[in-house]
Amino acid sequence: MREAMDPWTFVVAAYAVGLGAAAAMVAWSLITMKRAEKRRDEARKR
Amino acid sequence: MHGFANPARFLRIARWLMPLCMGGGAVLALAALGWGLFFGPAERLQGETVRIVYLHVPAAWLGMAGWMGIAAASFTELVWRHPLAGIAARACAVPGAVFTAVCLITGSLWGRPAWGTWWVWDGRLTSMLVLLFLYFGWMALSQASEAADGGQSKAPAIFGLVGAVNIPIIHYSVIWWQSQHQAPSISLGKSAMAGAFLYPLLAATLGFSLLFAGVVLARMRAILAHQQAEARLRRKALSEGF
Repeated sequence: MREAMDPWTFVVAAYAVGLGAAAAMVAWSLITMKRAEKRRDEARKR
Repeated sequence: MHGFANPARFLRIARWLMPLCMGGGAVLALAALGWGLFFGPAERLQGETVRIVYLHVPAAWLGMAGWMGIAAASFTELVWRHPLAGIAARACAVPGAVFTAVCLITGSLWGRPAWGTWWVWDGRLTSMLVLLFLYFGWMALSQASEAADGGQSKAPAIFGLVGAVNIPIIHYSVIWWQSQHQAPSISLGKSAMAGAFLYPLLAATLGFSLLFAGVVLARMRAILAHQQAEARLRRKALSEGF
């Protein structure tokens, strides 16, 4: 006999993981890009 | 292709293309997910859990596309010695690994209510897990190569090409072997899916693909800027007699 499960629990968890990972990846890529370009510009000014 | 070998020309294009890909991709992906989540129908057998498809399938596609990007860049690096090819391969690794991990986690969350289990060691799931480990191995090798000889080693490029063998294995695993995972529903030019599921899925796939391209461009800009800063500081240190 299959146990009763609320399907929305799994749907919400999947969306939280997917969107969270995508948002974190975008933020990380933008932050590291800005930092690297700032460091390059400072190195050019020296 | 060699027109983009000049980093200054690449940066001119990447500066306007990256925000376009990221912004357009984010809007399209969110709209498609909202469409599938709130307005799409439930499926006859799988019920509400079918809505996980709008995340799971784009993540699977981009996990594999990331490695195909590494393989194509590796081939370009080895054959034509294109100066940006190694940078492009390094830029594909993290987003490819992230989407592979998202595919595995969302697949597991889908498998529990659909199959009654979080995981089975069948061809599709195992080959996808192998892809994640290939990404980890490639990133470790690439970092070691960068630390040892400034990224001159050909080892990551060769690994990138050899690892591409896993991509057709992932694709055909559900055809070659008995699998808990369903056979492909979509192939070039035809689909076994009803339009109500197919259109938001295609929109989500396009949105996440644009987002992936934006992240790859941002990573390329970051790696290029890092290399330029290092080169500038090295030259300055040499000129000052260190």
